[in-house]
Amino acid sequence: MSCTETIADYALRSLGYGERLLPRTDFTLCQQVTLIGSGMLWNIYFGAVALLSGFLLANAVALGKASRSRWTRKPAEWFVFVVRGSPLFIQFFFAYFAFLSLKSRYPFFDMFTSAWLGAAIVLFLNTAAYSGEIFYGALRSIPKGDMEAADAYGLSGWHRFRRITWPTMLRLAWPAYTNEAIFLFHATTLVFFTGFPARQQKGDALYYASYFADKTFNPFVPYPILALYFIAVTLGIIALMGHINRRLNRHLPQAQRSRARFRPGTLLAR
Amino acid sequence: MCTDPETLSGLSWLFCYLTTGKHLAFYGAFGTVLLLLAITAPLALAFGFAGATVARGPAPLSWLGKGYIAIVRGVPDIAFFLFFVIALDQMFEYVRHRAKCPDWDQPIYQGNDFVVCAAAKLPLSTSPQWVHEAYGFGVAVLTFAIVFGAFAANVLYGAMRAVPRAQIETAEAYGLTGAQIFRRILVPQMWVYALPGLSNLWMVLIKATPLLFLLGVEDIVYWARELGGTKTPQFTKYPHPDWRMWYFLALLVFYLIFTRISEIVLERLMLRLTHGQATMGGERQRRAGG
Repeated sequence: MSCTETIADYALRSLGYGERLLPRTDFTLCQQVTLIGSGMLWNIYFGAVALLSGFLLANAVALGKASRSRWTRKPAEWFVFVVRGSPLFIQFFFAYFAFLSLKSRYPFFDMFTSAWLGAAIVLFLNTAAYSGEIFYGALRSIPKGDMEAADAYGLSGWHRFRRITWPTMLRLAWPAYTNEAIFLFHATTLVFFTGFPARQQKGDALYYASYFADKTFNPFVPYPILALYFIAVTLGIIALMGHINRRLNRHLPQAQRSRARFRPGTLLAR
Repeated sequence: MCTDPETLSGLSWLFCYLTTGKHLAFYGAFGTVLLLLAITAPLALAFGFAGATVARGPAPLSWLGKGYIAIVRGVPDIAFFLFFVIALDQMFEYVRHRAKCPDWDQPIYQGNDFVVCAAAKLPLSTSPQWVHEAYGFGVAVLTFAIVFGAFAANVLYGAMRAVPRAQIETAEAYGLTGAQIFRRILVPQMWVYALPGLSNLWMVLIKATPLLFLLGVEDIVYWARELGGTKTPQFTKYPHPDWRMWYFLALLVFYLIFTRISEIVLERLMLRLTHGQATMGGERQRRAGG
């Protein structure tokens, strides 16, 4: 079987299209590269959905934490504390079994026990808490002069938030937020190892990599393939976020622009 | 009192249920988690120290250190766990195989199998059960140390570069050699710069402990799944529906308490360490008259 045939059979296998049976014997390099790449579609799906939806909630959480009113501050603080203080691995398990017991009472929750929705919700809440904390930190370190200048121009309320506070917050938070996006993509590999079933062997990249490692007893081929895919995705994220970062900083003189980069000491993983 | 659970109800039933042999094993598994942390944290720090030292060194060696840091940080940690558990095991067996069975002429990888001679198997198939468990745990510890060593190396590398240049220059002016500067000036001063990163790493390490489950150790996640599942009267004296959700809620609470306590302790430690240091934190303490 040639490599093009393999790609035709397995390139969309993780979504349920193409050959039904996974290869069982005589594993070729082409098969491993194609299937693990196919699994990457799930990682990118989870990462993109969680990042985009989580971004919105993260803004709300940051504003909630910075709010003067107890009734908005306390829920935001507790949300961040609970999500950041416990392992994502346990959160996945808990959410899956919670959806499972809800399903036995209300059939509506059936789809929540599938990875595409249930796991996406957990990742959404998780990244919202982590990025919310980053945005909150940025919100508190907005230079006092910027706000005074806004007052001097007569900006207030929503207008001031939209034109001054929010863009400055994003600009300051962006390097740390880039880090968060990278680690969110790494965290998507946990999904199929935590109860969420890979129905009909439709799994993510790590699921297929561990499938090959189990079958061939040779971890030295599938895991480096997986690593290369992830390094490629990581570089893609850095390029994309760097582009946004340049846009956020475009009004500043060259020397003051903060570059998006890895920073030791910022949030590492979950 | 717990001899006939069917006659019990309410709290006394719950008390008996929570003190069955399997539940005691579950509580013991929390000890496994703490033991893992107690061994892994210093080991990872040692790996990190070695990595950071190498990354600072002369060119070809420093690439090795920087490569180690970059690769582990660019790839999901869970992929490393799954990789190293097999790879380390095969590496040990291969080394023993070469040492113990020199006249073995067949290839190691036969089709889809990894074959070494019986004497090289780890642990030996004749060993008692506890050796198998201890070996599995040992491989898990080493895996954790390698992965988190890279994170620690990254933090320590940054901390070494954060030590003010003037300190090193002064030491050079006093005629100290490179090794002396490293030992007497750089290392004692870098900790205060490393502590925020290391505290964060400690939190990450705590939150990574449930991954022991993936490495085949019978840890708290294993027991929570085992004990929480639906139990029918045929197999147990304590039948109950699917309670896995509540077991994992309990684990969630355990981790919340654990990370919160760590946070408080680390904050106190930071306050101690910044005392009298020429950093912003130290300056703030001095102004406050502390």
